[in-house]
Amino acid sequence: MAIVDWANPSRFLKIANPAIKWLGGFTVVAFAFGISQAIMAPDDYQQGATVKIMFLHVPGAWLGMLGWLVMSIAALGTLVWRHPLADVTAKAAAPIGAAFTLMCLVTGSLWGRPMWGTYWVWDARLTSVLVLFLLYLGVIALWRTVEEPSRAARAAAILTLVGAVDLPIIKFSVDWWNTLHQGASVFRLSAPTIDPSILIPLLVMAVAFTLLFVTLLLAAMRNEILRRRVRSVRLMQASVAG
Amino acid sequence: MSALTAIFIRDMRMSVRVGGSALMGVLFFLVVVTLVPFALGPDLALLGRIGPAILWLAALLASLLALDRLFATDHEDGSLDLILTSRAPLELVVLAKGFAHWLTTAVPLIVAAPFVGIFLNLGFRAAAAMVLTLLVGTPALTFIGLIGAAIAVTLRRGGLLLAVLVLPLTVPVLIFGVAAANAAMTGPVPFGTPFMALCGLTLASLVVGPFAAAAALRLEIE
Repeated sequence: MAIVDWANPSRFLKIANPAIKWLGGFTVVAFAFGISQAIMAPDDYQQGATVKIMFLHVPGAWLGMLGWLVMSIAALGTLVWRHPLADVTAKAAAPIGAAFTLMCLVTGSLWGRPMWGTYWVWDARLTSVLVLFLLYLGVIALWRTVEEPSRAARAAAILTLVGAVDLPIIKFSVDWWNTLHQGASVFRLSAPTIDPSILIPLLVMAVAFTLLFVTLLLAAMRNEILRRRVRSVRLMQASVAG
Repeated sequence: MSALTAIFIRDMRMSVRVGGSALMGVLFFLVVVTLVPFALGPDLALLGRIGPAILWLAALLASLLALDRLFATDHEDGSLDLILTSRAPLELVVLAKGFAHWLTTAVPLIVAAPFVGIFLNLGFRAAAAMVLTLLVGTPALTFIGLIGAAIAVTLRRGGLLLAVLVLPLTVPVLIFGVAAANAAMTGPVPFGTPFMALCGLTLASLVVGPFAAAAALRLEIE
């Protein structure tokens, strides 16, 4: 099945409907497993139980960035290949990615209060994630301001690709600048520095949140396709009646 | 339903749409506040001291954004002519539009201000004082802005001229607003003194604004 076969929205809907149910089921199972792992994980000797905010904060960060990555690939699909589902993916992914980024910012802020003594600090990592959140809000506003869907898609695609420069900045901000936020502990060239008793629950929660992201994305794409159909039908009705 | 209520509801609906002033205003407010530490540096102590000033400036600029289109959209699609020839007093219509503008543009800012204040290391007292001063001061910004919006209504590229006209008039509001917020943070001036002055300014603008704006509209739209 070539990629062009997926381009048909009706075919996508036929695949998406059962896929959403299955993925939803997997998501629930993954969360059940992840939350039980998180509860059983040991307290940090220094931070106590507050270290477990990490199980929300880190997946939120990863998925906020993944969301923008998905939007960037979709943007390429729109601009380069004119793939019809690319528009839908980009529009659907934006609010979900924004929500995960907001979760990352809020949980990080609540974690920072006991750890660093402040809810916010303008260091490179936090600032670049805040900029990512603002970019998300800007792209969402752009999607809804331009009336015609394909024009909105092209404008949003350009903004998405330009904004993608923030992703490597976020990733390497802790290396390039002197930050209060700790350095990379998982995705580094040498082995992760987190103990497996906390790393395993973290990875399980990350998988669970990723499954949630994909489920929500497919559901949002389905909604967007149906919304566009309603719009076409309304336009046809208006032109016939008038 | 009276004409005034109808105009009020219509303006509320138009603002709340995305692309309307409600959501864009808050987003602009957030972006401006985020820009300031890039310019000033991340020193949280400094940001905390000038936090109220930054928030007031950002609120002023965000309110100004939406004023441009307040009368211009009505002028372009002809509804302003209808309003002028209707029996409803123009001053009250302007009051209704201004009130709708304040509810949709300034109230989200007031709600967002404490959260945005976290970025500027604003303590609880300062944040509470900010919310109070913004609550009382932003109607003044709106109604003074109405005057500029009415003067600039027939101009095509009226946006910057509007800003140039309105901003000097809003200086007293800015002075007393920031003074009240700072008074709550540090001594020795009690919070009430500049706050009362701010209330007075708002009440005065509630009267002067609609009358001046109505007069300007009548002159501009012959």
